[in-house]
Amino acid sequence: MDLNMHLNAPHSMGTTIIGVTYNGGVVLGADSRTSTGMYVANRASDKITQLTDNVYVCRSGSAADSQVVSDYVRYFLHQHTIQLGQPATVKVAAYLVRLLSYNNKNILETGLIVGGWDKYEGGKIYGIPLGGTLIEQPFAIGGSGSSYLYGFFDQAWKEGMTKDEAEQLVVKAVSLAIARDGASGGVVCTVVINLEGVTRNFYPGDKLQLWHEELEPQNSLLDILNSPSPEPMNI
Amino acid sequence: MSSIGTGYDLSVTTFSPDGRVFQIEYAAKAVDNSGTVIGIKCKDGIVMGVEKLIASKMMLPGSNRRIHSVHRHSGMAVAGLAADGRQIVARAKSEATNYQSVYGEPIPVKELAERVASYVHLCTLYWWLRPFGCGIILGGYDRDGPQLYMVEPSGISYRYFGAAIGKGKQAAKTEIEKLKLSEMTCREGVFEVAKIIYKVHDEAKDKAFELEMSWVCDESKQQLRKVPDDLLEESKAAARTALEEMDAD
Repeated sequence: MDLNMHLNAPHSMGTTIIGVTYNGGVVLGADSRTSTGMYVANRASDKITQLTDNVYVCRSGSAADSQVVSDYVRYFLHQHTIQLGQPATVKVAAYLVRLLSYNNKNILETGLIVGGWDKYEGGKIYGIPLGGTLIEQPFAIGGSGSSYLYGFFDQAWKEGMTKDEAEQLVVKAVSLAIARDGASGGVVCTVVINLEGVTRNFYPGDKLQLWHEELEPQNSLLDILNSPSPEPMNI
Repeated sequence: MSSIGTGYDLSVTTFSPDGRVFQIEYAAKAVDNSGTVIGIKCKDGIVMGVEKLIASKMMLPGSNRRIHSVHRHSGMAVAGLAADGRQIVARAKSEATNYQSVYGEPIPVKELAERVASYVHLCTLYWWLRPFGCGIILGGYDRDGPQLYMVEPSGISYRYFGAAIGKGKQAAKTEIEKLKLSEMTCREGVFEVAKIIYKVHDEAKDKAFELEMSWVCDESKQQLRKVPDDLLEESKAAARTALEEMDAD
């Protein structure tokens, strides 16, 4: 293993990021590992960044690229909000992110999920993967850990969930991805955005549900099925 | 009448001792000499009407449109120097398409009005430009409902329930104030606009005129359209009858 590679490689966020709409808003979720090659540069990073009061973005791919894109979009949205005289819509935020991603596709390497709530459309999620496509989805997954979640969401996703159902789904999914993806790990952060405002929740790594080989041996299947979902820690 | 601005009216970059910029006021006079243009905001949309004074019998009716579509959801009616108006409309169209390509949604009417007003104002700041000699009535329908704005040659822009510019603007404003706009639909508004334009038209000074009307309302699916021909004819007939009844008194 090349030591130089570990210490000097560009910071990449292996990552698992998720955005999910529910009946009344959206829930965004992410892990917290930033890696430089095999080395975990930051085990407690915050990948869910604020763009406006009502719109947040989940960042994946190159840490630098995603930060710079977020910073530009935050600046443009700030100006836009002032000109408009009212909060920007999620759609406009997503459009601006797409504009930067598409026009600089040769230079950038970042996949983003924009999610938020506005008074016209309610809760919306927009996926903007590498290359700069814009796609509005009821839920979106991204990052290296998302490969392990496609089948899971096909089975577990349903339309019109409640806020708690949606949040539990997101936490479960991120923790499943963390279990399988080496480039994802640490804690699970969620951000819930709806009419009332924004709530951040934090699920420490040791409180997450264990899966399969990591499980303690159980006496009965009933014990496994009845184990409670993790509680969020208040920040 | 106006005061003579001897010496202080030679350039748009000169203030008079009493704080007026005469060139801008003279530009407004160009608007006052043009045919009347009115716009009203009804409960479900905007109706705009123009009294097109016909300069020559050889002109084809229906040509020389004065109400221009800026974007699908908004339009501008221009009074004053027609060539100046063309420039402003072109600029407004460009602003609207640019906004759509950056932000991905049709330009909010408020934003469009602000940009048009800034552009008109821009031309009052430099000595090597002259102010636009036209007034604009801008009507549009966006997510916040129907909105009506008026932009003057000075660059001032306000939002209105009803607005009028041109020769008969005083008389037209009086008529508009009598209307109960918040209870009126655009269909009814079309009849009212036609009546007002026929009423303020001065038969003695100007001979023939052509009435042009456009609307953007729920009936036109929130898009700027010419008022349908049959409705236009009906409203013209009703306006002529109303005028005869008034004269008969």
